[in-house]
Amino acid sequence: MSYGVRLRVSGDYACFTRPELKTERVSYDVITPSAARGVLEAIHWKPAIRWVIDAIHVLEPIRFASIRRNEVGSKAPAGKIASAMKRGSIEGLHLHVDEDRQQRAATVLVQPAYVIEAHFDMTARAGAEDSVGKHLDMFNRRAARGQCFHQPCLGTREFVAQFELLPADAPAPPPSAKTASQGFGTPRDLGLMLWDIDHAAPGRPSMFFNARLEDGVMRVPPPGSPEIRR
Amino acid sequence: MTTLGHRFDFVFLFDVMNGNPNGDPDAGNLPRLDPETNQGLVTDVCLKRKIRNYAEIAKGGDTGFAIYVQEGAILNERHREAYKVARPDDPKVEKDKKLNPKDDAEAKLVQKFMCDNFFDVRTFGAVMSTGINCGQVRGPVQLSFSRSIEPILPLEISITRMAATNEAEKKKREDGADDDRTENRTMGRKHIVPYGLYRTHGFVSAHLAARTGFSDADVAFLWDALKNMFEHDRSAARGEMAARKLVVFEHDNALGRAAAHDLFERVKVARVDGGEAYPIGDKRLDNARPARSFSDYQVTIDRADAPQGVTIHELL
Repeated sequence: MSYGVRLRVSGDYACFTRPELKTERVSYDVITPSAARGVLEAIHWKPAIRWVIDAIHVLEPIRFASIRRNEVGSKAPAGKIASAMKRGSIEGLHLHVDEDRQQRAATVLVQPAYVIEAHFDMTARAGAEDSVGKHLDMFNRRAARGQCFHQPCLGTREFVAQFELLPADAPAPPPSAKTASQGFGTPRDLGLMLWDIDHAAPGRPSMFFNARLEDGVMRVPPPGSPEIRR
Repeated sequence: MTTLGHRFDFVFLFDVMNGNPNGDPDAGNLPRLDPETNQGLVTDVCLKRKIRNYAEIAKGGDTGFAIYVQEGAILNERHREAYKVARPDDPKVEKDKKLNPKDDAEAKLVQKFMCDNFFDVRTFGAVMSTGINCGQVRGPVQLSFSRSIEPILPLEISITRMAATNEAEKKKREDGADDDRTENRTMGRKHIVPYGLYRTHGFVSAHLAARTGFSDADVAFLWDALKNMFEHDRSAARGEMAARKLVVFEHDNALGRAAAHDLFERVKVARVDGGEAYPIGDKRLDNARPARSFSDYQVTIDRADAPQGVTIHELL
């Protein structure tokens, strides 16, 4: 892998919601490949490239906390907006939070820190002017300077991600502690974890893989691998 | 409306005196606490609500400043009823199971309409759907959880009320009383933080601003809202809340010139005790009296050799 990148991301909290526990959100123990892809895309992405996550290093012990918030129960109905557009007035277009309130708890990760190891492949939309080197340089330049398209987040937007690029020749940062929760000693089976969502297929199905933490590292199967289940 | 060409990162400090800045529904409305450090928390959505409310007060009814996610009822809705032309909803936008190009275009139109008319959609984004995902607007403004500088001490204050809600309550009190006093007294509880200084970090992405049409005027209004929102959010529970410091880092391009967390470290809050400033967490503070006002803290902004292309604005 001549053109891999390594990015250290950390934050106060994170919530990588398990799809089976969405109303009262419960986070996965570790950042999912799709969330890691989102972090990289927040820094640099073009339709010509596709980020592929190779491995996730878990630098901090895995801890949870619970936060309960008032949330609204509904989304903006597109049909109503369309009719308001026709009418030419925004009367009646609003959502009353105190009549449509849901209190939901979220079980979130506390003080996570990861190293995302990734590379990118060129897609069918790459033109003649797109080369691997160009996009790699762009990503490295941006990440090294702290530039981003929008501030990346850890699962949800209120949990901001700090990021720093690890130089290609730098050794991997050691984990702050080596606990059993990170899979030190005996490997930890994290069960089925979301790998990514297939946005190309009809219905946008989710794809899963069997996640394991070994000595603080979660290997991620490449696209098309038989380990990825739909 | 010119959209934003610059990325902004900001540090916002606000304090609370004898009030509850943000109750925790899980803990019987006690002020939110980080159980590991005892620092107080205020959620991002709590501040967003206040920004929305301020926008409604300051710009109420202005074109492009309607608020989609509203609190309470709006009175002037009745006035326009007469002018409304009732039209049946368009059947095309009903529960389509697929996003074909036509719907995509429609989704774009719908999103543009919402962004043009609603300040909160343009600022924070919104999810629009008709049973399927009709696209969502990601707003340029991103707020993080606010955290108190030092651990807070939530107090529980018992209060009494000289009235009963209903007969049954009155009767219960009479039966329980062992003397002839029949006051309809009921007890209540209030939770307060004697003093807490909270710090929050926020981000404005120029690229997302271009997508929603968030303009230079909007960002100026956002700073206004942060400075003034507590002035219009008084209530029995809140105590005295005030915006204390707003430091905005403006990058001279859309991508930014430096990492946000490096910039945020330039804003340091120290604890003042007996005329001396100590870094937070200093062991010598263990015997210091607890902070009870903003003057017990000292905020310094390190302006030395700021990264090229980053301007530091101290707006408050």
